[in-house]
Amino acid sequence: MKLLVCVSKTPETTTKIAFADNDTRLDTAGVQYIMNPYDEWYALVRALELKEKFGGSVTVLNVGPAENDTVIRKGLAIGADDAIRINANPKSSLFVAKQIANQAKEGGYDMVFFGKETIDYNGSEVPGMVAELLDMPFISFASHLDLDDDQVATVVRDIEGGTETATLGMPFVISAAKGLAEQRIPNMRGIMMAKRKPLQVVEPIEAADVAVAVKYELPPEKGAVKLIDPENMDELVRLLHEEAKVI
Amino acid sequence: MTKNGLEHAAIERRAKVDPFQGHDYYQIDDLLEEDHLLARDAVRSWVKQEVTPIIESYAERAECPTHLYKGLAEIGAYGPSLPLEYGGGGMDDIAYGIIMQELERGDSGIRSMASVQGSLVMYPIYRFGSEEQKRKYLPKLGSGEFIGCFGLTEPDHGSNPGGMTTHIIDDGDAYILNGAKMWITNSPVADIAVVWAKDEEGKIRGVIVEKDMPGFSAPEIKGKLSLRASITGELVFEDVRVPKENILPNVKGLKGPLSCLSKARYGIAWGAIGAAMDCYDSALRYAMEREQFGKPIAGFQLTQKKLAEMITEITKAQLLAWRLGTLMNTGKATPAQISMAKRNNVDMALTIAREARQIHGGMGITNEYPVMRHMMNLETVLTYEGTHDIHLLITGMDVTGLNAFK
Repeated sequence: MKLLVCVSKTPETTTKIAFADNDTRLDTAGVQYIMNPYDEWYALVRALELKEKFGGSVTVLNVGPAENDTVIRKGLAIGADDAIRINANPKSSLFVAKQIANQAKEGGYDMVFFGKETIDYNGSEVPGMVAELLDMPFISFASHLDLDDDQVATVVRDIEGGTETATLGMPFVISAAKGLAEQRIPNMRGIMMAKRKPLQVVEPIEAADVAVAVKYELPPEKGAVKLIDPENMDELVRLLHEEAKVI
Repeated sequence: MTKNGLEHAAIERRAKVDPFQGHDYYQIDDLLEEDHLLARDAVRSWVKQEVTPIIESYAERAECPTHLYKGLAEIGAYGPSLPLEYGGGGMDDIAYGIIMQELERGDSGIRSMASVQGSLVMYPIYRFGSEEQKRKYLPKLGSGEFIGCFGLTEPDHGSNPGGMTTHIIDDGDAYILNGAKMWITNSPVADIAVVWAKDEEGKIRGVIVEKDMPGFSAPEIKGKLSLRASITGELVFEDVRVPKENILPNVKGLKGPLSCLSKARYGIAWGAIGAAMDCYDSALRYAMEREQFGKPIAGFQLTQKKLAEMITEITKAQLLAWRLGTLMNTGKATPAQISMAKRNNVDMALTIAREARQIHGGMGITNEYPVMRHMMNLETVLTYEGTHDIHLLITGMDVTGLNAFK
């Protein structure tokens, strides 16, 4: 069984967000990076568990520049067998999806794993695009994944107010939500072994950035709290109507 | 709420929040390699998951979280710089230092559990042991199946270990060991002890004593107000027959134990930075949130003086540890250089703990915050593995050539 886990690099969760170049990009000065937790804790670990149970291999893939190697190396330290980095500075989801789909087609993987979203731009776009480009079924927000002996997968996905259970055959694309697996911390031996595992760098294919972010802005700062006397409900209604404009 | 309920509430409070972030004012991360950063990240995650949620409760009860011995083994904290084939991690000395830093960020006692096992038990067996001893003990120590301890200090010989009275007498196929050791981390739970004793010629030798050898006992020392989550004891030997194959064949004299201590002291120089960073991090956060006279106390000059001096001292200590690490990696570090870093960094950490305690005000004396625990721990760290004053005299002797010990 060949499993591909797509991992992204994302700013550490306590990063103070600022923008540069006329608010067209994140100011990366002093930003610390981590592997996207949905990719690391759930997608990668579940892929490793399936490999441990059924045999096969787990490959981690990232689309990004050489600085991303530390994040990729962490995937290898946690237990992936090898890694591929597509050497590009991606600006749009479709660009990334086309790179991944091209690589996944070449590799002939049985399952392609993603986290349900990357915690930087929270787009949740790439997995669906990759499934479409590969013409594979796509299950999003999976919180449970099992394979039976006939290699039929049972997937439980989170939906509004409940869950949905589906069965499907391989190959397929899946995006992982909380619950799919539990975080694994790499040990020192794993970190040293990761140095010797292959990390292949490939050049990107031609793909246009069809949608590019042109401007970012921070949410407005929270204003001061207005306290209204409980006896004065008319004033509350007036403010909600005229100032907050919510009723 | 019942006492138990209160305790659990306290545990959960801590469990919910370990907001610690590392501090790297001089971009020292740029000097580190990928595996150093991965090791730091891994051990920091492990500490947040396994140590922070329970440490206040264990420290309060003066109980050793013995389940962490196995966890430390799983993460690879025992002998990370020893070769893979002997159960080590095959890493360099900077990685070892960073692991100690992150463990001590959690608690000095937890770091002590790991540094004794790695530097004071596995290291001497690796460095001075026979091939059979290495094969027999190192993999089990690396995997946490065996816990080890190190016996050098005696009730009457602390700073002067050369004066030890514990001794061995040749008795055919065994040595007869008599004497007592004191202040031994891990001893009451240890499976083996690396013990330093004088032979009949007065030469210091290392012997591996196993816990069920008749005449050997390891009573616990109670009443410690420091390193409360780490277990400490004595080692008592009454005519213990130690088979001759248990003697470390490749070292004689004080340089045996001292070379182990060099390795452990080097780890402490990094470990102290961890404790200092935790205190600074907590103080900075508290000072930004705590308001008095209508503004955060971080906005007052006297608080800023404390915080600014803390990060300055941490940065200096980081540079000292990093440079010492590069010297260790190339085999160039001298014991005197190690003494300087151990002494400076532990003193730095203790000063920061005290200042951080002040910034926390009354809250600083409670176990809602880690600061007072670090401060109490660091009083031990200042004294063990060569006291603050002895390390000063080592530097003094190194620069003058004159011995001021006696």
